[in-house]
Amino acid sequence: MSLQTRRRVLQFMLLGSTAFAAPRGLFAAEYGRGKGMPWSPLKGETPYYGTNDDRFFSPAERETVAAICARLIPSDSDGPGASEADVVTFLDRQMAGFYGRGQHWYMQGPFGEGTATQGYQSEHPPAMLYRLALAELDSYCRTENGYPFVDLPAETQDEILTGLDEETIEFKGVSAKAFFDLILKNAVEGFFADPIYGGNRDMIAWRYIGFPGTRYDYRDFVGHGGAAVRLEPVSLMGRPGWNRS
Amino acid sequence: MRPARGTFLIVLAAAGMAGLALGTGAPQAQELSYSQVERGRYLTIAGDCKACHTDIESDGVPFAGGRGLQTPFGTIYSSNLTPDMETGLGRWTREEFYDALNEGVDREGHHLYPAMPYPYFTLMTREDTDAIFAYLRTLEPIASDVPENDLPFPLSLRQSVWGWKLLFFEDKEFARDPEMSEEWNRGRYLVDGPLHCGGCHTGKGALGADDDDEYLRGGVLEHWFAPNIRGGENGGIADWDRDDIVAFLRDGRARHTAPMQRMGEVVAMSTQHLSEKDLQAVAIYLKTLDDGPREEQDLAEADRLEIGEGIYFDNCAACHAADRSGVPYFFAPLTTSNKVLAEDPSTAIRIILGGARAQPTEAVPSVLAMPPFAWKLTDEQIADLLTYLRQSGARKAAPVSASEVVDMRDYLAEEY
Amino acid sequence: MTKQLRSVDVVLVGFGWTGAIYAEKLTAAGLEVRAFERGPWRDTPGDFATTFAQDELRYYWRHGMFQEASQATLTFRNNGAQTALPMRHWGSFLPGNGVGGAGVHWNGQTYRFLPSDFEARSHNEDRYGPLPEHMTVQDYGVTYEELEPHFDYFEKICGICGQAGNLNGRTVDGGNPYEGPRSDDYPNPPMQMTFSQDRFAASARELGLNPFPVPSANMSRAYVNPLGLQLAPCTYCGFCEKHGCGNYSKSSPQTTIIPVLMQRPNFSLLTNSEVLRIEKSADGSRTTGVTYVDTSGDTYFQPAEMVVLCAYPLENTRLLLLSQIGEPYDPRTGEGVVGKNYCYQVMSSATVFFEEEFTNGFIGAGALGMVADDYNGDNFDHSGLGFIGGGYIACHTTNARPIESHPVPDGVPRWGSKWKRAVRENFLKTTSVGVHGASMAHRSNYLDLDPTYTDAHGRPLLRMTYDFTLNDRRLTQHLTPVAEQIARGMGGREVKVNDRRGSYDSVPYQTTHNTGGTIMGADPATSVVNRYCQSWDCPNLFVAGAGLFPQNAGYNPTGTVGALAYWSVDAIINQYLRQTGPLVQT
Repeated sequence: MSLQTRRRVLQFMLLGSTAFAAPRGLFAAEYGRGKGMPWSPLKGETPYYGTNDDRFFSPAERETVAAICARLIPSDSDGPGASEADVVTFLDRQMAGFYGRGQHWYMQGPFGEGTATQGYQSEHPPAMLYRLALAELDSYCRTENGYPFVDLPAETQDEILTGLDEETIEFKGVSAKAFFDLILKNAVEGFFADPIYGGNRDMIAWRYIGFPGTRYDYRDFVGHGGAAVRLEPVSLMGRPGWNRS
Repeated sequence: MRPARGTFLIVLAAAGMAGLALGTGAPQAQELSYSQVERGRYLTIAGDCKACHTDIESDGVPFAGGRGLQTPFGTIYSSNLTPDMETGLGRWTREEFYDALNEGVDREGHHLYPAMPYPYFTLMTREDTDAIFAYLRTLEPIASDVPENDLPFPLSLRQSVWGWKLLFFEDKEFARDPEMSEEWNRGRYLVDGPLHCGGCHTGKGALGADDDDEYLRGGVLEHWFAPNIRGGENGGIADWDRDDIVAFLRDGRARHTAPMQRMGEVVAMSTQHLSEKDLQAVAIYLKTLDDGPREEQDLAEADRLEIGEGIYFDNCAACHAADRSGVPYFFAPLTTSNKVLAEDPSTAIRIILGGARAQPTEAVPSVLAMPPFAWKLTDEQIADLLTYLRQSGARKAAPVSASEVVDMRDYLAEEY
Repeated sequence: MTKQLRSVDVVLVGFGWTGAIYAEKLTAAGLEVRAFERGPWRDTPGDFATTFAQDELRYYWRHGMFQEASQATLTFRNNGAQTALPMRHWGSFLPGNGVGGAGVHWNGQTYRFLPSDFEARSHNEDRYGPLPEHMTVQDYGVTYEELEPHFDYFEKICGICGQAGNLNGRTVDGGNPYEGPRSDDYPNPPMQMTFSQDRFAASARELGLNPFPVPSANMSRAYVNPLGLQLAPCTYCGFCEKHGCGNYSKSSPQTTIIPVLMQRPNFSLLTNSEVLRIEKSADGSRTTGVTYVDTSGDTYFQPAEMVVLCAYPLENTRLLLLSQIGEPYDPRTGEGVVGKNYCYQVMSSATVFFEEEFTNGFIGAGALGMVADDYNGDNFDHSGLGFIGGGYIACHTTNARPIESHPVPDGVPRWGSKWKRAVRENFLKTTSVGVHGASMAHRSNYLDLDPTYTDAHGRPLLRMTYDFTLNDRRLTQHLTPVAEQIARGMGGREVKVNDRRGSYDSVPYQTTHNTGGTIMGADPATSVVNRYCQSWDCPNLFVAGAGLFPQNAGYNPTGTVGALAYWSVDAIINQYLRQTGPLVQT
């Protein structure tokens, strides 16, 4: 059946003398109409590495965050940790960006307590949650231990972090547990994310666990049969071997 | 299903009928016959007239002209081929049209800039140009003023073209070679005449005319190197067989590569619509063009090759495979690529920097694209990568320097 | 002020898999089709090229291609006694957004539901007697036999790689012996398996099970589909789910349909344009088109002869509720249909940790796996078990993206030196045997509009009231030990069982298989659409997607979603366009 016949089959309605408007199309875009797939050279949503090197933390906050991360992912005889990977720089950039602002999150009230199965219900986006919780942590440490977090011995730091995790330490106005869960998640992100985001410096975490990074072709290794496949890691911006020494 | 073509035919028929009924003032309107228009339409497609005479970048009306063609000497704007009385060919006669294609002069006697490929079209017979003229009469007249050409003095003077023609232009008829087959002769006529392959694929002298010694050995145009398309021994496409050439021109995919950008337009607008017989003829002809022995090339330092190999495996294997064998018909094998191995590496550099897209056609509507690497690889890295690719196979080409990549990067930055 | 546009034949709301399928068939039939997508344009070279697609933080953890919760989310509670609160960011599931929808970032595991899955109530009641009260399981109203040609076509469009087990009633070695009869083999052979699949298959066979290759939309070889579109060989890069495929080796609307559509003059697509409402005629008997808003905030009325809802099931349900089409479901009375029978998937697994052998999980693909169907659907005797349905048990190697995939054995703390060391020791040496359990409908699990929270346009959010049911719990308690047993036979050092216990938790990722809400069926009193996916209330409104499932089977939904879309659009073209009106008389 031709286009014309189909059109006759479908009853037209509604139109008559209505004046038609054309969509402004300033933001919404129209595709199709026989024009094919859009494509042009040099175009692509490349990662915005390096452009977002904004900072959010104050110097004191930054020190505390670095100290927390150093306990969550410690540097030890088994290998590097959050300090060598510069996880704090990752977190600083993340908190300064859309993630820290909670820009993609639904942040309309009312805010309720909720059950554990209902997930994050804080009225604070991540960056503000950090800021408020870090202030609370600082005051807790000074009151209970006489020193800020960064100046406490590692064992004491671990005890405090365990207290946050297990909800034996509580903060005012902000959930200590929500903060702990978030910073643990974010620290792991920073440790293992591509180095373009500021952490996992020199792919140190990938080397540590044996992850080859952003490679895109393992066809030659599918039949490994349980043997190790050792490949130099590659980040989105390459690896040292791409450059002449 | 072909709604696009269906609609096109309806529009065409309607336009044709309008031409007949209203006369549109065209002197030859009464002589329009179906077969004559059809023949003209086919030749128009073969000559790819629409590509230059449509302002594609601005979504212009087909054949209404206004597309800026960049030449080494400046920008030339294509003319309006619709039968509009004021701005198009409305007042032209068949004779005047023949003169334009055969001798490169317009109806006022002005010399046409050779961006219009009359040095090739001159091979066409009067019958052919009449048919094209008849087809163009069926188009809807579009009033469209074309911008002034942007050429430096003295090229801005049309008289300068007279001098150029005196030196380089020869008004010639197609000479059949009785030694060769009918298909071969047809192929040569198509290649040298309507298809005007040499326009891009033949090297040019200082004043932009074809250098006969460089016939189909590759040429530079708009910062692309149009590769060597000689198919005989040592030719750029020596390892393509006839079916590969036909598939490339008909489907936009062949075992070795796919047409991209400029050649993509040619396949989309022209060659995919040509008859299988004509495409075979083109292939038969190209396969008889041998080339001289290839020169020995200097080898780059071993560390450059090693670095290049690493960059290749990390970045390119996902599509072109670790052993560079590609996926025939999908992703180009690079071991025998005549873009990679071309004497002039411009096209390869440009594709790595800016990306490229395999032309979708009616037969193969897929839009496979190579992403741009300009943001990711340095000039030195691209040079090492290409040097590795050019020297890792049986056939070798000269190393590529970082400065060649810099030049192309600068050009692209300015252009896009 | 709402501006009025020129009428078109068909409006599609949402442009993922089903939108592309309807658009391709309806434009081929000569209709003018206009699709609306609230997200942006997306395509391989620009949005997930091989130069940057393998970015775990961007695409998964920062939700690069998912619906933005700030644009619209939903509220959630486990039961009617609780107050639903917004899912402020995604967790348990990840709705897609943009052109291609979740079809861009799926894994590609492409199953056909079992013949008995389409007759879940009648089949099970025939065999085991009446189902419990409040178990609102229903038949689909369409049978496997009717859908078979459409399963077959969708598999050919996608180039699915697999091994047939039942060709026209003949059992074929190496395939799924329980599958419904297939009219044709898969268009491509199975993918190449890795070490983990080999160990799984051997262990499963040892237990008398029948492992077979997971039907995969990641290509085992170069393939050209019936529309002439090219799919390249998969390179096992391990960035499949949650990511787009950079080298054209995963079936998606972009790789298998859209380039053809974009060449057709009778198709158009508006991106960043969100449909607010389906409009109805004064007597409510027809839809007249849709009202949408673009990002400038202007609203438009797009008249159409026919509307097809092709958004995600949750959004299709919300649009019907917002547009007051169909009777909203009321869990107190059990009356009403829109929002009824929301179902999910009951997932559990057993992780294997090897001592010597390397599993090299980074060498993976979304649908690379071996699977056994012996405990799926009604492939085993449920007498005395107290539940119906089942699930497949599979060993996939999809990825070792390190933020997501760094399992540690039982007893290892969540952080600190011991955790770090355990991550390193096990990162390259784990695999997992998963149970993909069916989710049966229950009277108390449903979707409606939230009374409190609204989206960016001030419209109520959808509210989900959901918890695992007794059937779910018994099912997972029966199947998880089988997975554990297989896992223990794979030769590892230890096994960690990840049970599905307690209430449904919206936080940890489980799967994006949300079903129901716009269910299909034979009776307008118990379903939203008829067997052709046509609204019982407005005959010129059709609904696509997994929202049609009256309950969810123990499989990934996309194969059945595709088949239902082709079945429905076939009915539109061959029946509805000849005689517009209800295709099933009530």
